[in-house]
Amino acid sequence: MMEVTYLGVIIKAILILAIISAIAGFGTYIERKVLAFMQRRLGPMNVGPYGLLQIAADGIKLFTKEDFIPQNANKLIFMVAPIITAATAFIALSAVPVFPDFTIFGIFVPSIAADVNIGILFVLGMMAAGLYGPLLAGMSQANKWGLIGAARTAAQFISYEVVTGLSLLAPIMMVGSLSLIDFNHYNETHPWMVFMQPLAFVLFLIAGFAETNRTPFDLLENEAEIIAGYATEYSGMRWGMFFIGEYANMITVAVLASIIFLGGYTDLWFIPGWLAIILKIAFMFFLMLWVRASWPHVRPDQFMWLAWKVLMPLAVINVVITGIVIMV
Amino acid sequence: MITFAFYLFAVLITGLFLVTVMSKNVLYAMTSLAAGMVLISGLFFILGADFLGVVQLIVYVGAVMAVYAFAMMFFDLSRDVEERHDKPWLIFLLGGGIALTLVVMFAAPIMGEAVHALYPPVAGATNPQAVGLVLFTKYLLPFEVASVMLLVAMIAGIILAGKKMEISLSAMDEDILPDTKENA
Repeated sequence: MMEVTYLGVIIKAILILAIISAIAGFGTYIERKVLAFMQRRLGPMNVGPYGLLQIAADGIKLFTKEDFIPQNANKLIFMVAPIITAATAFIALSAVPVFPDFTIFGIFVPSIAADVNIGILFVLGMMAAGLYGPLLAGMSQANKWGLIGAARTAAQFISYEVVTGLSLLAPIMMVGSLSLIDFNHYNETHPWMVFMQPLAFVLFLIAGFAETNRTPFDLLENEAEIIAGYATEYSGMRWGMFFIGEYANMITVAVLASIIFLGGYTDLWFIPGWLAIILKIAFMFFLMLWVRASWPHVRPDQFMWLAWKVLMPLAVINVVITGIVIMV
Repeated sequence: MITFAFYLFAVLITGLFLVTVMSKNVLYAMTSLAAGMVLISGLFFILGADFLGVVQLIVYVGAVMAVYAFAMMFFDLSRDVEERHDKPWLIFLLGGGIALTLVVMFAAPIMGEAVHALYPPVAGATNPQAVGLVLFTKYLLPFEVASVMLLVAMIAGIILAGKKMEISLSAMDEDILPDTKENA
């Protein structure tokens, strides 16, 4: 084990920031293309080859658009809210191991920027704190659609936080550690967690979709019902920050699912670890788009019904059974 | 470095909670409360109690979110709240008295010399393990009693709120709705 230096951590932090914000931008393009092909359309085609420069066009539009603040809004909170979403999304990523340890120009770069031994809880807590963005945005903008969006944020957060925590509890019990690196090492010596805890995997995915506000559960900004929910009054870069935060959170959930359930960055047959995890993250990202193209929105009452009457009891039963199996 | 971090956090937390108490705007009060709670977890991280820090983060982020939900129901968020103070001296006396008692309580172990830890940290145990060891040996009974209390509160909440649980308002036809409004 080589010593972790400040330089290595800084390199890792820059890597995370650069890669994730680039992917977050590129993700919008991929999302449009994948959705388009699933719906037998072409998607963006006009800007650049195959519409590849659409991201640049969108970026220029976002940066130059007027930063509009409604008259009766609480200006300070209105301005701070998007920053909360973007910042917490990136802070959560600081405790996620993405690549194996490697050495670049003789500098040791650790697999994780901040190796806290309670990594998994830290990531979940930070993603939870990120939901203050939509909540404050909806409450500060003096707009009834925004207020409905904020109310839905509170309900969604309080319900699905329970499911995420309980679904991850069973794998945590099996590994006996809260460190994501221990999870990865566990997968080296055992079969992938998804084969031993399939129910926990499905529960975590559903709750992850809800926490990242993805389509079957994107009630916070369901444009068919409440205009754009918490983002109704936002424009320009502040709206863009909500988007970057959402995509970064999607990637965090994809990384968490890959590391906890899908074997992480261990070598897979002939595929080296760093490529394996990129493929896994890409697959999880694709899965989110796939689900978006396949399923309609749910109603808010169905959404709450799903959390409290289906997912939470299943998660509790799963934890109890896992406990009995470990004891026996 | 640690001393600097402590004073930074201490000043920020005190300032934020002052805003919580003083502000007439519900949004400012709630937001500073949430931010102060998040910063308190920073103090735990400084002390090396990572687990407690994250628990503070998760628990209070959720708890303050619930308080936001109540604020949304009770107040018009775009206006200032007018508070009524009938007896300001009483509030001052009670608040000051409680604050003084707390300071004396927490300062006592620092001043006293006969105080020593009954359950010193187990060598080699990680943070969550250390918490678990104390929680399930020394404090098992209070822990279980607290969980039973929470269970009772949950059942009571379900009974109070769940009288018409089988009726879903959003699945109803429009013309049935006024009927349920009368009963409420």
